Amino acid sequence: MNRFAIPLGVFALLVVVLAIGIAHSPDKGTIISPLLGKPAPEFALPNLLDASQTVKSSDLRGRWYVFNVWGTWCYECRAEHNTLLEMRQQNVVPIIGMDWRDTQADALGYLKQLGNPYELIAVDRDGREAVDWGVYGAPETFLVDDKGIVVYKYVGALTPEVWEKQFLSRLPPRQGQTKS
Amino acid sequence: MLPELGQFALILALLLAGLQGFFGILGPILGRDRWVAAVTPAVAGQFVMLGTAMACLIYSFISNDFSVLYIAENSNSALPLFYRVTALWGAHEGSLLLWIFILSCWTVAVSIGVSRMPARFAARVLGVLGVVSFGFLLFTLLTSNPFTRLDPPAPDGRDLNPVLQDPALAIHPPILYTGYVGFAVAFAFACAAMLEGRLDQQWARWTRPWTTAAWAFLSCGIALGSWWAYYTLGWGGYWFWDPVENASFMPWLVGTALIHSLAVTDKRGLFKSWTLLLAVLAFSLSLLGTFLVRSGVLVSVHSFAADPRRGIFILAFLVIMIGGALTLYAWRAPQLKSQAGFEFGSRESFLLFNNILLVIAAATVFAGTMAPLISDALHLGTLSVGAPYFNPTFMLTMLPLAALVGMGVQANWKRGRLGDKQRMLLLTLVVAAILACITVFGIYSHGKILTPVAATLGIWIILTSLVDPIDRIRRKLSLSRSVVGMTVAHVGLGLFVLSLTTVESFTLEHDVSLAQGASTNVGAYEFRFDGVKPVEGANYQGVGGTIRVFRHGEPLTVLYPEKHEYYVQHTTTTDAAIEMHYGSNILVALGEDLGAGKWSIRIQVRPLVNFVWLAAFIMAVGGVIALSDRRYRIAKAAAEVPVVTGAAGEQAR
Repeated sequence: MNRFAIPLGVFALLVVVLAIGIAHSPDKGTIISPLLGKPAPEFALPNLLDASQTVKSSDLRGRWYVFNVWGTWCYECRAEHNTLLEMRQQNVVPIIGMDWRDTQADALGYLKQLGNPYELIAVDRDGREAVDWGVYGAPETFLVDDKGIVVYKYVGALTPEVWEKQFLSRLPPRQGQTKS
Repeated sequence: MLPELGQFALILALLLAGLQGFFGILGPILGRDRWVAAVTPAVAGQFVMLGTAMACLIYSFISNDFSVLYIAENSNSALPLFYRVTALWGAHEGSLLLWIFILSCWTVAVSIGVSRMPARFAARVLGVLGVVSFGFLLFTLLTSNPFTRLDPPAPDGRDLNPVLQDPALAIHPPILYTGYVGFAVAFAFACAAMLEGRLDQQWARWTRPWTTAAWAFLSCGIALGSWWAYYTLGWGGYWFWDPVENASFMPWLVGTALIHSLAVTDKRGLFKSWTLLLAVLAFSLSLLGTFLVRSGVLVSVHSFAADPRRGIFILAFLVIMIGGALTLYAWRAPQLKSQAGFEFGSRESFLLFNNILLVIAAATVFAGTMAPLISDALHLGTLSVGAPYFNPTFMLTMLPLAALVGMGVQANWKRGRLGDKQRMLLLTLVVAAILACITVFGIYSHGKILTPVAATLGIWIILTSLVDPIDRIRRKLSLSRSVVGMTVAHVGLGLFVLSLTTVESFTLEHDVSLAQGASTNVGAYEFRFDGVKPVEGANYQGVGGTIRVFRHGEPLTVLYPEKHEYYVQHTTTTDAAIEMHYGSNILVALGEDLGAGKWSIRIQVRPLVNFVWLAAFIMAVGGVIALSDRRYRIAKAAAEVPVVTGAAGEQAR
């Protein structure tokens, strides 16, 4: 046996381990959020569509909701917009948007052009709220249950597939019937 | 338009790198000297293209072009100009571009250096470097393009991560990468030698200055990183055994082994196959480090974007590069025979032990770094490996190594007899032990069992390294640069062992909660907390505390630790106050506001910690002195030949 081939063999083993590591890494990305299983941050933010109103986390208690962080400057958000509209049509769970570090005019123009998938839109002008949610980059989408606990977090643009596999599957049955 | 120009330049650089790899490797194999002659121009062209790409990105950063996604994510119009430039390597995409650019700088330097070497061999070296560059350029363009546009443009950027807004960190990545990437040169020389079957001592001689240079940069880069962590992360730690730190430390350990084994191969023609393997390993670990950091497989404080696509690409690249090199090794190494032998106790034998210990040290760090990944792959649950594993295992290899240095520098080549040097070694050992005991028990009064042992070894290394050079100076004999360099580096190592021992044995650390006006004692110092007040900076707000320090009742200094919250990213940074007194660093950091005027405060007194970094720089300086030695001048004389003449091509045959 060629003892000089030993390093090659060791390396081959290493490649296998690394390959398994890669195969595992996508689900690692979702457990990263320290918020999972913990209460969602409390917030009271101005309403984008009506500046005299506030969007409060306490008002949302008692029902499941999807919390979507977006901004007009974020091009991945454009990519997921159609999925959000589809989700709205299915009307299974309310989608609460948080317009992140944006201007009022830009945000309104964006929604006018592409349609509004959100039931409520909170405004986080200076990005302070996003820190509480541990947002790394838009878009990020959270699923919050009726007790206000963060059940799931998705980083990146939503797709119908992600919606079905990751969100719908986690929702309790008959969630769609709950009225606000 | 500039970002598009930059992207175009990157694509051209990719093509040129492909040509450089293709002609450089196939030209000599097929014996086509015209192909061989095309390699150097490809190197130069690629350098120009990458320089253009860098300039485009830097200009876009300076001019706040937030229509570029990468800039919108990592810069801000309020960011000072200096950090707008260094923000280039503030995240994944730009770091990669910097990596490739530095590789290109090395390649140009090599193309100048090899112009006096046989043209085909030179072409092979440059060809291997071309393949490395090609892989990274393809990776950048396919998965991590820094020039991707953002439409519509962002009104302002998300700002550079506040912890990166620090001068030490601004220069840390380029220096670290220069070291990391520099091992690609040793790798390329080893691959070229194996491809050609030219496995004499010559390639080792040619490789030595390049390896030493890369090693010196890596030493500086790691020390700077550690220094930055100590000053910026704010909690007084200077080494965390974090995967990213380990990723740079493993190549350093193997690189250190490589420097020593190259010396043996160069001077005595021994360890040939071992040296080849180390050259391949050092760069493989650099690549693996890149993989671990960039693929998101390991989660660490340094984690950048985790993208499995990137992971798959890098893994494929690893298989081609490392797998290819190791296959070459398995094929060529059996043909090597060492003609000369050596006795136990000779310098060769000490260097062999040096190599074994350093490789074991690298292997233990590797095992610790990979263990979480392996445990995860085998579904054994999440495992976290930290200092309780790394510190003792590392010491287990480093203490014997430190003990061998003193004898190794005194040993003769080939012959095992130490002769009259035995008395000198014993004498210096006794002196070192006495000095160490005075330091340990006299100044610091307490210590661990290994403290005096390690301190003795540190001092012994310094003494034994200095004996011969001082003797030669006294007898007015000349000293070669490589001996001076080696001595300086070993003195640096001795100082490193000594200061590390002191830091690890005598650091005092107290986490206390103090109300305004209350005080606490740490060691000989008394700390009085005089409350906090708000502070405001250009892009942050926060609080600043006032802490008066007394020594034996005498006021010594006043420290002002701060906590900053940055406006744009809302990241909080702990700005510890650090001052040096009697060789010790006194660090005070503000923790949490506990209400009612009470704060949790960390107080730390670290003796000699500055010398740990200083020692690393001294080692690096030793490396630089050694590589300027006359014995490598063949390469240096060739440096005066202009590149553009294509000296490599003219010398064909």
